[in-house]
Amino acid sequence: MQQTSTPQAVALAHERGKVGLPTPDKIPVTLTVNGVATQLEVPPWTTLLDALRDHLDLTGTKKGCDHGQCGACTVLVDGRRINSCMTLAVMQDGGRVTTIEGLATDGALHPLQQAFIDHDAFQCGYCTPGQICSAAGLIAEGKAKTADEIRELMSGNICRCGAYPNIVAAIQQAMGQS
Amino acid sequence: MINFQYARAHDVADAVRLMAADPAAKFIAGGTNLIDLMKEDVERPSRLIDISRLPLKTVEQTPGGGVRIGAVVPNSDLAYHPLIAQRYPMPAAAIIAGASAQLRNMASTGGNLIQRTRCYYFCDIATPCNKRAPGSGCSAIKGMNRTHAILGASEACIATHPSDMCVALAALDAKVHVTGPSGERTIAFADFHRLPEDTPQRDTNLQPNEIVTAVELPPQGFAANYTYLKLRDRLSYAFALVSIAAALELDGRTIKEARLALGGVAHKPWRNTAAEATLRGQTADPAAFIHAADVLLRDAKGYEHNSFKIELARRGIVRALTQAAQGTPQSQSNKKVV
Repeated sequence: MQQTSTPQAVALAHERGKVGLPTPDKIPVTLTVNGVATQLEVPPWTTLLDALRDHLDLTGTKKGCDHGQCGACTVLVDGRRINSCMTLAVMQDGGRVTTIEGLATDGALHPLQQAFIDHDAFQCGYCTPGQICSAAGLIAEGKAKTADEIRELMSGNICRCGAYPNIVAAIQQAMGQS
Repeated sequence: MINFQYARAHDVADAVRLMAADPAAKFIAGGTNLIDLMKEDVERPSRLIDISRLPLKTVEQTPGGGVRIGAVVPNSDLAYHPLIAQRYPMPAAAIIAGASAQLRNMASTGGNLIQRTRCYYFCDIATPCNKRAPGSGCSAIKGMNRTHAILGASEACIATHPSDMCVALAALDAKVHVTGPSGERTIAFADFHRLPEDTPQRDTNLQPNEIVTAVELPPQGFAANYTYLKLRDRLSYAFALVSIAAALELDGRTIKEARLALGGVAHKPWRNTAAEATLRGQTADPAAFIHAADVLLRDAKGYEHNSFKIELARRGIVRALTQAAQGTPQSQSNKKVV
């Protein structure tokens, strides 16, 4: 994650080594992840995204830009969609996290998962977990009724394959069922 | 990202105490700007003081007929809160015009005020920037400055304030409530953000040991005649090149009261009371709107790549005032500008 390509960044890395910045203790964090109570001990700078992927091996949630600009890391916390790269695991202590791995129930696909298949709403698939979690949040919010409103309220999820028309169609199908 | 300590504040006094004990600490609420800047090594706090659980999460009417918004109310909750959506649709529209649904679910009201500029050079530690490293120079003045300021800039800094919500709050004449070691104080919205002058490292007049606790809206919400018109390179999820918050109080076709503030054009939300004054008592027609735009933009100055913003702002102001006068505010989902 560290960029050390510029002279300033190299100097910064060097300075850190010299100063010997204190390493804080790991902090205990309790999350309910996809319905399972989970205990973690993470340094404070661990993002929720890294906690999910690197500590809990839930790699369905994707790291795209890691700067809150692409939406690939979207998960639901206490039912609200957020960018998991832009929050710290310790800040979500006590939260209920739902990732793409937690949407299916009893082996049956979530209506959004089925709708994305039905409408071929992806090509490479990298943005898809974030798209589906975001769409689940969108449906729960209940603010989008028209295609324009779906497009606007899904604009935080970028699809570089350009599957947008099919994504909107898939969400409309799932909305019709919910 | 730098290694740092973490502490959770339990009440406002606790937050202020924790900050006083560690001047290199930063408050964190939504984190949507701060964590991003920490990943870029632009911000390097010794400690994060988590204020996201403070009891500042309510939106309530004040005895004076206004509304008080707690500092950690998420942007999305604020925009959709019935009191705001019905009585203050201009800030509601401005919030929805900004960022994405996910970010609005995280970002806080107070954090929206104190977010940093998105100037490319500020965000890149490999380049000089007077805001990030005072005295190192401004890379934008002779660099890529397409998104930069046309009003109120200085030789030291031509960055813009990125917020949409703040543009509407400036137009409404909101107040900012803050608490520090010596107690509480209230800052008029116009006095909250600063112009760059020769100290661009200071975005606001908030003291480093103070915390924003609430934003207060005055009683008048201009719910009948308002708009928030945001002009940008793509139709959603992009910062404003120019945005306009316009609100009118009409008596027939005569303007009794006018509010006009711009985003994307200056180091602070740019409210211009002289332009507003030209509108009072006038008939709400294109001639009056054009005159107001000319007054507001009288001292506008473009740089190599952003001079287009001056004409964009002029036309945007006229369009926004027209939308406000007609009671047809800009839709934030159907982006066709009418």
